[in-house]
Amino acid sequence: MADVKLDAPTLKAKDFKSSQEVRWCPGCGDYAILAAVQSFLPELGLEREKIAFISGIGCSSRFPYYLNTYGMHSIHGRAPAIATGLAVSRPDLSVWVVTGDGDALSIGGNHLIHALRRNVNLKILLFNNRIYGLTKGQYSPTSEPGKLTKSSPVGSVDAPFNPLSLALGSEATFVARTLDSDRAHLQEVLRAAAEHEGSAFVEIYQNCPIFNDNAFETLKNPDTRDMALIRLQDGEPIRFGDRVVVQSGYGLEVKDAADVDESDVVVHKADVDDPAYAFALSRLSGTELDHTPIGVFRNVKRPTYDEGVRRQVDEAAAGVDRKEALDRLLHSGDTWTVL
Amino acid sequence: MNTVRQLDRVVIRFAGDSGDGMQLTGDRFTAETAKLGNDLSTLPNYPAEIRAPAGTLPGVSSFQIHFADSDILTPGDHPEVLIAMNPAALKANLRDLKPGGTIVVNTDEFTKRNLTKVGYDANPLEDDSLEDYQVHPVPLASLTIAALAEFEVSKKDAERSKNMFALGLVSWMYSRPTEATEAFLRGKFKNKPAIAEANIAALKAGWNYGETTEAFPVRFEIPPAKLAAGTYRNVTGNVALAWGITASGVATGLPVFLGAYPITPASDILHELSKHKRFGVTTVQAEDEIAAVGATLGASWGGALGVTTSSGPGIALKSETISLAVSLELPLIVVDVQRAGPSTGMPTKTEQADLVMAMFGRHGEAPIAILAPQSPSDCFDIMLEAARMATRYRTPVMVLSDGYIANGAEPWKLPDMADLPDLSVEFATEMNAVDAKGEQIFLPFQRDPETLARPWAVPGTPGLQHRIGGIEKADGTGDISYDPVNHDHMVRTRAAKIAGIDVPDLEVDDPNGDARVLVLGWGSTWGPIGAAVRALREKGVSIARAHLRYLNPMPHNTAAVLAKYDKVVVPEMNLGQLTMLLRANFPGNDVVGYNKVRGLPFTSNELQEALEEVIKNG
Repeated sequence: MADVKLDAPTLKAKDFKSSQEVRWCPGCGDYAILAAVQSFLPELGLEREKIAFISGIGCSSRFPYYLNTYGMHSIHGRAPAIATGLAVSRPDLSVWVVTGDGDALSIGGNHLIHALRRNVNLKILLFNNRIYGLTKGQYSPTSEPGKLTKSSPVGSVDAPFNPLSLALGSEATFVARTLDSDRAHLQEVLRAAAEHEGSAFVEIYQNCPIFNDNAFETLKNPDTRDMALIRLQDGEPIRFGDRVVVQSGYGLEVKDAADVDESDVVVHKADVDDPAYAFALSRLSGTELDHTPIGVFRNVKRPTYDEGVRRQVDEAAAGVDRKEALDRLLHSGDTWTVL
Repeated sequence: MNTVRQLDRVVIRFAGDSGDGMQLTGDRFTAETAKLGNDLSTLPNYPAEIRAPAGTLPGVSSFQIHFADSDILTPGDHPEVLIAMNPAALKANLRDLKPGGTIVVNTDEFTKRNLTKVGYDANPLEDDSLEDYQVHPVPLASLTIAALAEFEVSKKDAERSKNMFALGLVSWMYSRPTEATEAFLRGKFKNKPAIAEANIAALKAGWNYGETTEAFPVRFEIPPAKLAAGTYRNVTGNVALAWGITASGVATGLPVFLGAYPITPASDILHELSKHKRFGVTTVQAEDEIAAVGATLGASWGGALGVTTSSGPGIALKSETISLAVSLELPLIVVDVQRAGPSTGMPTKTEQADLVMAMFGRHGEAPIAILAPQSPSDCFDIMLEAARMATRYRTPVMVLSDGYIANGAEPWKLPDMADLPDLSVEFATEMNAVDAKGEQIFLPFQRDPETLARPWAVPGTPGLQHRIGGIEKADGTGDISYDPVNHDHMVRTRAAKIAGIDVPDLEVDDPNGDARVLVLGWGSTWGPIGAAVRALREKGVSIARAHLRYLNPMPHNTAAVLAKYDKVVVPEMNLGQLTMLLRANFPGNDVVGYNKVRGLPFTSNELQEALEEVIKNG
């Protein structure tokens, strides 16, 4: 929607809980994300009926059932397309898409990239657990090469997507990453996404305790996370542990802080117009997670598709008596009268 | 001096290279003919290739028009007049021409090279191979270039105006007024006035050529048809369908949302509707067929009149989403402009082979309503019916048009806006039940006892927040349910909802009341069947006819109608799909098919022979 205002909340997290029993596996990262979203939603300052969550298929896609908003659990991969239709025709709604790595990047890849390039007013939350959970453990398009799964017993030979690189390549105007286990950070990212006009793409690293447990342990374990997790702060030099990020060749690179002049440390700016910077950030780590930025990578303004479509219709339709116009349309061009 | 002879009907075919502008020439001749008040029917026929190699047989494009002083039903089986712009056009169309027919041929293109390209060993204009026809050799290109010598246009542009020369000549031959075409050309080339004036001069030169040379001793007049009083226009099926969608928006009071992906022969609906934003019509050209129907369903959920348009291959891709709409019980209109398949098949050629896909081409028990327009102008009315069914019963409705209806044109008596049905829709705004604790609640799957439709509670409605999805729902609450009894109940309820849709009775045309054979068609075969039946009756043969516009559910009197006749003949441009449905649904009747899949409509002649055969052999 065009005019989400983060007003003082009048509703509470419990107001956004539906009557349905939540049925994810014990320990699933989805619980933490659901709780974070429920306690964030009051911040939108919107009545519950003004919010619509649309999902595809997969574990994450059960999400809408558990929120007391309008919700649609649709079909595999198509949520961005369905949400586009709703967002175009209903500017009064705040439209959210909940999807997973299989739903968004495999079967629904086409709809995701086109929603992003059009810059439709959608908030897309991609729960990335790097595995197919609902179908019981096949490799996904974000699984690491060589992964042993039920459908790759001697190791997957698929090369994975980097979801943020893909989103940036799709001309996304807002791209962010966060972690299921870090509620404060997750909500901070949701807030920024909600404030963004246009498509907001948020990758949430989410643990699947059954089929891919501890996939993001590097980023969570106190022994390793300080050397791996890069918390992006707008206007701040990018540093983590005793390391910093500097320019290198056409991209960025991680160096020991001790080896770098303070003035060479890259200062993070999400509103840099050239997507090459955010792309370089997205390439600091792949599936190995050794240097993983979280936060808002890119946040720029570009006209939104839904507003463009509506403006054309609204301008043409203003003050038109439709029945009279229909009569004129039918009688336009060559007609003749039989007496 | 030319003599003028009166005719009651004539069939003319304009044929040339796909770059020769034959479709435009045919369209303009049609507009002139409509303006004169003749009844008419047209058949454009063109290659799928935008520009097939020039001068070759696959590159031939043609436009046939049948016009008369009485009402007619088809574009005519065989042309009496052929305008052939090159050897390929002559060769490709000669076998269709009536013996003794007239050929106007552009001699400039009959060079040795062009003749060889299409396999003519000798020039047919110079041997006796055309002696059964009246041949008028006219150097159309060089006459046009000569006529435009004074104009500031290139020789190439002058040569390109030869189709207007031909149109002028044929307009003279059949006494058609050309003023509207002149106005049309000024509009079409309004940024290139020199080109507009050159085309108009070519048009006039063609007319004057007929008037002043003695090559054409006879010209013809076809008096206006005695049609019912009213204002008429000429309309193609795709335009009537697009306008029917627009009218459905007006009639329902809903904003229209069209999600579409370009595909032949349905794209013109998208083109037409994208011009009508003033009606509150939103068109989204989606990234693929699946997104097109997905966005449409999203808009339907939000309270728009959602329509998606495509052809067979696209409908196949939309299948999963249509099933979702069945499960969600939301309105969704799906238009399938059928073309010859399977796969790419013959994209510009017509066929009726998607009926069984429309009925059953989804996973699970997923019944939907199915309608089929019977003529180009009927597309307007059928869309209003589709909107009524979709919104009233909250169901997907599939409309089966086809390439013949989509591109064919006929005069249309314009409806009075006062007769536009009121299809206004009421969204749910209130709680509709009370729970065990006595509190007001909203049940998204609580059904209207008459229609079995569930409430249409659009997002944004205060207090009615609910979740819907493709997982089976408990009737009433809409909560996820894996209960076996509930699933069985829901499957049967969704089927009963479709079966119970209110549709008008099947009308039977059986003037003598003593016919033993019924011919039953659906969709675009209406015209050819009607012409065949008319011809049989003129010969004194008793035959009954009926036509199904409602294919699912079929009219509730269908069983009774079939039972009245000894034999039911079903002509279809497929291998017997309606025949199969009738045999399955109404066993005990003698139902036989007459089936052709050539990518072309039936000729009334072949149907007449086939029906006569059935009647004769009992």
